[in-house]
Amino acid sequence: MSQDFRLDSVGLINRDIKLSFKFNGKKYFGYEGDTLASALLANGVHLVGRSFKYHRPRGFFGAGVDEPYAIVQLYRNNETEPNIKATEQELFEGLEARSVNCWPSVNFDIGAINNFLKIFLPAGFYYKTFMWPKSFWYRIYEPFIRKAAGLGVASIKHDKERYEHKYEYCDLLIAGSGPSGLSSAYAAAKNGAKVILAEDKPRFGGSLLTDDVNIGNQSGKDWAEGIIAELKTMPNVVVKNRSQIFGYYDHNMLVMSEKVSDHLPKTKKYHPNKRLWYIRAKEVLISSGSIERPIVFGNNDTPGVMLSSAAKEYLKVYGVLVGKNPLIFTNNDSGYETAIEFQKHGVKPVILDSRKNPESEIIDEAKSLGINIKNSYVVVAAQGYKKVKSADIASISDDKKQLGKIESITCDCICVSGFWTPSIHLASQSGNKTKFKEEIDAFVPGTSKQQETTLGAANGVFSLEETLKTSFQKGRELSKKITDNDKEVSIPNVVEKKSSKHDKFWCVPLPAGKNYKRFLDFQNDVAVSDIEIALREGYRSIEHVKRYTTLGMATDQGKTSNLNGLQLVSEIENKVVPAVGHTTFRPPYTPISIGAIVGREVGKHSKPTRKSPMHDWHEKNNAVFVDAGVWLRPRYYKRGNENLFEGSKREAKNVRTNVGVCDVTTLGKIDIKGPDAAEFLNRVYTNAWLKLPVGKARYGVMLREDGIVMDDGTTTRISENHYHMTTTTAQAANVLSHLEYYLQIVWPELNVNVVSTTEQWAGAAIAGPKSRDVLQKLFPNLDVSNEGLPFMGYMEGDLFGVKARIFRISFSGELAYEVNVQSDNGDFMWQKIMEVGEEFKIQPYGTEALSTLRIEMGHVAGSELDGRTIPYDNALEGLVSKKKDFIGKRSLQRVAFTADNRQRVVGVVPLDKKTSIPEGSHLVKDANAPLPNPKLGHISASCWSVEYDNPFSLAILKDGKNMIGEKLFVMSPLKNKVIPVEIVSSHYVDPKGERVRS
Amino acid sequence: MLYIKCPHCGMRPQIEFSYGGDASVKRPELNKEISDQEWDDFVYNRKSLRGKHLELWQHISGCRQWIKVERDTATHEIFKTFKADEEVA
Ligand SMILES: [Zn+2]
Repeated sequence: MSQDFRLDSVGLINRDIKLSFKFNGKKYFGYEGDTLASALLANGVHLVGRSFKYHRPRGFFGAGVDEPYAIVQLYRNNETEPNIKATEQELFEGLEARSVNCWPSVNFDIGAINNFLKIFLPAGFYYKTFMWPKSFWYRIYEPFIRKAAGLGVASIKHDKERYEHKYEYCDLLIAGSGPSGLSSAYAAAKNGAKVILAEDKPRFGGSLLTDDVNIGNQSGKDWAEGIIAELKTMPNVVVKNRSQIFGYYDHNMLVMSEKVSDHLPKTKKYHPNKRLWYIRAKEVLISSGSIERPIVFGNNDTPGVMLSSAAKEYLKVYGVLVGKNPLIFTNNDSGYETAIEFQKHGVKPVILDSRKNPESEIIDEAKSLGINIKNSYVVVAAQGYKKVKSADIASISDDKKQLGKIESITCDCICVSGFWTPSIHLASQSGNKTKFKEEIDAFVPGTSKQQETTLGAANGVFSLEETLKTSFQKGRELSKKITDNDKEVSIPNVVEKKSSKHDKFWCVPLPAGKNYKRFLDFQNDVAVSDIEIALREGYRSIEHVKRYTTLGMATDQGKTSNLNGLQLVSEIENKVVPAVGHTTFRPPYTPISIGAIVGREVGKHSKPTRKSPMHDWHEKNNAVFVDAGVWLRPRYYKRGNENLFEGSKREAKNVRTNVGVCDVTTLGKIDIKGPDAAEFLNRVYTNAWLKLPVGKARYGVMLREDGIVMDDGTTTRISENHYHMTTTTAQAANVLSHLEYYLQIVWPELNVNVVSTTEQWAGAAIAGPKSRDVLQKLFPNLDVSNEGLPFMGYMEGDLFGVKARIFRISFSGELAYEVNVQSDNGDFMWQKIMEVGEEFKIQPYGTEALSTLRIEMGHVAGSELDGRTIPYDNALEGLVSKKKDFIGKRSLQRVAFTADNRQRVVGVVPLDKKTSIPEGSHLVKDANAPLPNPKLGHISASCWSVEYDNPFSLAILKDGKNMIGEKLFVMSPLKNKVIPVEIVSSHYVDPKGERVRS
Repeated sequence: MLYIKCPHCGMRPQIEFSYGGDASVKRPELNKEISDQEWDDFVYNRKSLRGKHLELWQHISGCRQWIKVERDTATHEIFKTFKADEEVA
């Protein structure tokens, strides 16, 4: 295998393990330890994509998280993921990747026509062009933009990978394992602090991996390795590579995404793909380093133009030459460091330095190596379409306004250094008001907002010696505050070459007669001319300029473009940069997989599943389940080929004629105890509760303070100071909080305690004319006659050795009982009921039959108590006490609530007695009235009445009281139905309620 | 995500709590004649302050106690937390 651009024996890759991979269908080789970017560059591949707007050819610009161009679609283990930075993706055997943003191929891209139409695509182009005619947007513009633009395709398959969330607490969280991260972590760890050190790259060490420095008589890289090795042995330290801290939230909580498996061909068994860490830290040390800034010049987006630090990293970490004829364009000493590395490895670079006559140790070294240096020289434009072939260069005047004669120089890459931008994102997210530091032309963190300290290059400190000194000190000082230990650590001596001042120069002027595109934002194709247009059109705020031009809005979040954009705005506006200010840094710092954010909460795990103790029995007996909040409830018990309609009708009919049993375990249950319990209930419910005797149940309605019905249910007085309250399944948690609120905050003087007992009791409702026979068989020793256990009566009994509570209450409108036993005995109870009920033709019934039974009885439930109705609307005004006060009573005097034509629950029957009425349909007077047709009410619940064998619905209807007998229309545009109906009483069956008392 | 000191349980993450609104609102006494305006102020009208605000939270996934939290609505800084019956100093 020949890799034309790979050096022998240089770098940190493992040459013993060769990996094969495919890019755009073509097969290549790389080594273990490569990124996709370094492996492609080793093979001489520079063209990796097309730009967003003009579809210009794009190569590699950086070597890490700052990369704006090299975004690929990744294929791994039969899955695909978009928006992957080739510079971050580690190589594995069998990796496949494709360019995005080009169609049909990266080499021949139709969208590149945009490049030649670029005068038509200036700033705000999308806003201006695609706004009219409005009707074109969905049909023509949007599909076109989607096809042409896009940064990859999301998989529509179910993601088989697993993602985890983890909560962690620590004393010091350290973001970045460069010199400042390592030394502060080391000092803090020695003081016994609980430390988490996070590094986004696979290798620890940050700039120490590439900088030619010496710490404690070792190379920077060796020193870093030693520190990491020692930290890993300490029990109070967690070191994590491939882990990006991407968000700094309130109260010192940070979120980190750990790539557990992305570097492997396949996720290991039991391993997650990614792990999201929620870390609450006492102190946060931000040692996230800095990112090199580009200098703006003509065609500066041509493949082969890249950051000089990236070129150095490709060489020193991966043994890869980004070119064999490099041109270095710099305004500071960093470019020289890259040039020296090239020179040392047999490649002869040329340096263009915008400075006139800089002097420093680094420059002296470059000179002594015989490197060709041109001072006061700049790159005017890169030449070459899919790859740099040459550069137009010129001398530049001292005021940086005049260019000399343009010369052409042959080169195959242009390595640019426009000095360094501290990575202040995390500090800014924490709320830190950043400040502009003149000496480095960049923003640095100001006063700490939360418990955060920024160190080293992220704080604008570029001297290694100073960085180590302050970082050791900070680590020691902050950990001492927490652990009280104060262990001295000696600060190693540092040998680094002194550098000279950078040149405040960031943009090469256009030569007369040329209109080269000079890009600021490489991913979003924002050029100098776009910003000029935006300002000319009156945009002033940097936030508006950003949105109008999309500067810094791409997936790289302007890591390389922000400052140059600010420089340009401040220059045109004649303001200083700090007066322009920067746009807000928002999390995430870098794109995070949606899967990692969602974690394990997918599919069945998106919420807990609650099952009643009788669940297994239901399952064995062909129950078809339905989600009721977090509960699984039988909807009906399928017999043979029955469908839902047939099955539920059979079950409901059997309740009306024989007896049925329904699992009502899911009902909310609250135990209420204390000497003031009766008084409390009297305030909570709308009806009177002070005189309820022991051993009796009562139906109650509770309101919110705004007069709207909150919930209903029965409450039973078990003993003098002990009540058992039931709530609807859906409102159980809210009602408990509601009661606790009044007891703890509003009326703390009441001596009452409440506790949820929903999980403690299993419940079975036995309903139907033969329910008393079943009950008598269950409790042969009890008097369950109409006199012994009257309607709304309560007694305790012994169910074949199991303690049981028996309530004579009814939801179905039939003679009915509810039996509760401790949850553990629920299954036993159920089986006994089925056993003794057999001779009475007992059948279990599900929620569908339950609904049918309550609807045709006109019993209101959740669909009527929908958070918009008052007692009157539900025909419950008889339960509203006129004598006493209760929660929400005062609101019932509101004008709208007392109006004569107030809405009210009614029954609805189709005139043809055949057509089922869809729930949610509207009631109107005239089906042919012009739209919007005035709505009189809505259908809240529908069923097929088993009593009358025709459809029946409940509705909340305006002036419902006076509408009985009226003929209206039900309209459901969703189901395309218009049904003539008659309004009837909501109490369709047994209006006098004789059955429940029989 | 906020980090709230429950006076009964200690420092706990926000996900254990539910928000209960302005703690300075006092429910009118039962059986007392009050004007529509007073009642509206109690049920609906809230100041929506920017800055220091006393609010109710319930430690719903913990001790289930309602507590008072003095919090800055703009910066999210929490100054102090109180038990339901504790006087706010
Ligand atoms: Zn608590």
